[in-house]
Amino acid sequence: MNASLTATLYLVSGVLFVLSLRGLSSPATSRQGNLFGMIGMAIAVVVTLLAAKPSFGSAVLILAGLGIGGGIGAFIAKKIAMTAMPQLVAAFHSLVGLAAVFVAAGALYAPQAFGIGDVGHVHAQALIEMSIGVAIGAITFTGSIIAFAKLNGNMSGKPILLPMRHAVNIGLATALVLLVIALVFTESHFVFWLIVIVSLVLGGLIIVPIGGADMPVVISMLNSYSGWAAAGIGFTLGNTALIITGALVGSSGAILSYIMCKGMNRSFISVILGGFGGETTAAGPAGSKEGRSVKSGSAEDAAFIMKNASKVIIVPGYGMAVAQAQHALREMADTLKKEGVEIKYAIHPVAGRMPGHMNVLLAEANVPYDEVFELDDINNDFGQADVAYVIGANDVTNPAAKTDPQSPIYGMPILDVEKAKTVLFIKRSMASGYAGVDNELFFRDNTMMLFGDAKKVTEEIVKALA
Amino acid sequence: MSNITPDQALEKATAAAKAAGIAAQDAAAAAQAAQSYVDQLATAAGAAAHSISGGVIDPFVFRLSIFVLAIFVGYYVVWSVTPALHTPLMSVTNAISSVIVVGALLAVSVPMIENGTTFAKVFGFLALVMASVNIFGGFLVTNRMLAMYKKKER
Repeated sequence: MNASLTATLYLVSGVLFVLSLRGLSSPATSRQGNLFGMIGMAIAVVVTLLAAKPSFGSAVLILAGLGIGGGIGAFIAKKIAMTAMPQLVAAFHSLVGLAAVFVAAGALYAPQAFGIGDVGHVHAQALIEMSIGVAIGAITFTGSIIAFAKLNGNMSGKPILLPMRHAVNIGLATALVLLVIALVFTESHFVFWLIVIVSLVLGGLIIVPIGGADMPVVISMLNSYSGWAAAGIGFTLGNTALIITGALVGSSGAILSYIMCKGMNRSFISVILGGFGGETTAAGPAGSKEGRSVKSGSAEDAAFIMKNASKVIIVPGYGMAVAQAQHALREMADTLKKEGVEIKYAIHPVAGRMPGHMNVLLAEANVPYDEVFELDDINNDFGQADVAYVIGANDVTNPAAKTDPQSPIYGMPILDVEKAKTVLFIKRSMASGYAGVDNELFFRDNTMMLFGDAKKVTEEIVKALA
Repeated sequence: MSNITPDQALEKATAAAKAAGIAAQDAAAAAQAAQSYVDQLATAAGAAAHSISGGVIDPFVFRLSIFVLAIFVGYYVVWSVTPALHTPLMSVTNAISSVIVVGALLAVSVPMIENGTTFAKVFGFLALVMASVNIFGGFLVTNRMLAMYKKKER
């Protein structure tokens, strides 16, 4: 196939990828966007096969690879629970990272197939691009594995602070730069694998000190990294589709990280340096809790209050995902709607463990998306609401973020649930939230605590409503 | 694309030279004709490149241009994504970044005769499997999620 035609078709598939992201501007156009993405991918694969003209044996290998990978992918996509999306996305990121490493290795061992020179005489520029791709790819791989383990509960969500970690990381990063320079001058395969190993170690060390609730930032950041890795390989191969996609994914992840950081009022640097939310014991003397009384109620009380309300705003958080309470919640909302109660959902940007996590869970439970609102769109409504039903959220409702400059969460945008006539808090215990701060809302007169598992409490309310 | 790289120009010139060789009876005349063709092409390519940059451009610069512009496109497109769809955004960016599969396909397709190709084939195959997991898994799970977003009935 003509080289210019091939390059043009790669451009077409790059444009289709842009359209696939464009489609996500509204749920109505999103599925069409996804279809554009699939078409773009199909074009890229077919064009590559026509250009590479694999032998019969290679073609069999390719079919086998596509079949094995595709089968596994399709199976996972079908079976995965929606609550497990954060870990799935982390796992997928790790695969992109590792694939980037292997493609770079393939290019190093058979440069002639990629048009970047011959063994022992690979162009210096290609070596630089390749090593950038491989380093970011390897960092993405181990970083995502750690993120996966933390999200999946294989590893404690608490930050693990190794001694001297900053010095070690800086040392490794310096070593990485020196190794890249060495690779350009020697094209030694040994140096290449050293780069891989150092990057793998660095990737793990970067993510280990970051706590569980900072995962929305981490997972977006790794998303961004996987994009830059792809772009690096794209430069090596001179492939437009790969360069465009890498840039898109890279900026997408960067923007999501920015949105998440803003949602927590923390700088990206402070998240990356890690260590936040580890010392829950440091959060105020325990005596301060015992001194004040908390009003707690039963499911029946809650059902009575909500039945007589005219407007209820539901505030879901990570606790709802853990308890898988979204279906029970939707049932409760339906029953209340039949009673003539207006129901809205309020989502904080960092609710859950990844951007948009709550929205997906509510969508899964068949909650219409036009009842679900973002922080800025709904915050003024709390003043007119009779009930704020806080299920599995804590820090994102804490008024200390506005009033107490000493608080670690000071300055974080919060949902003004306190303005509602009654606040119903579903919590398992009085334990403080992730940030390790007491929520003074618990002690207010218009707050009623409903102690128990989010799903069980909600189901009991549904029963009491009937 | 209007710009002809020196390599492509050379390719065309070589082809022209071959064609001329067959067509012309006289070897010297053929060489002369080919030579003039090469000169013409080189002048044309030079002029094309010149009009853009005032000199010969490394293809890297074109790739870098695409890259930089795509970052801007990505910036504006992603800001327009509704926050409700941020999770599908992550899964679909995941799927499309697996277009890295093109590199895997090239590595798997390497002919077996040359040096080091067995390694390249193995690495390519592994990359192919991983990228395929991501492509199919990423697009399908995105589809599954997007299918759940419904408007209010009524």
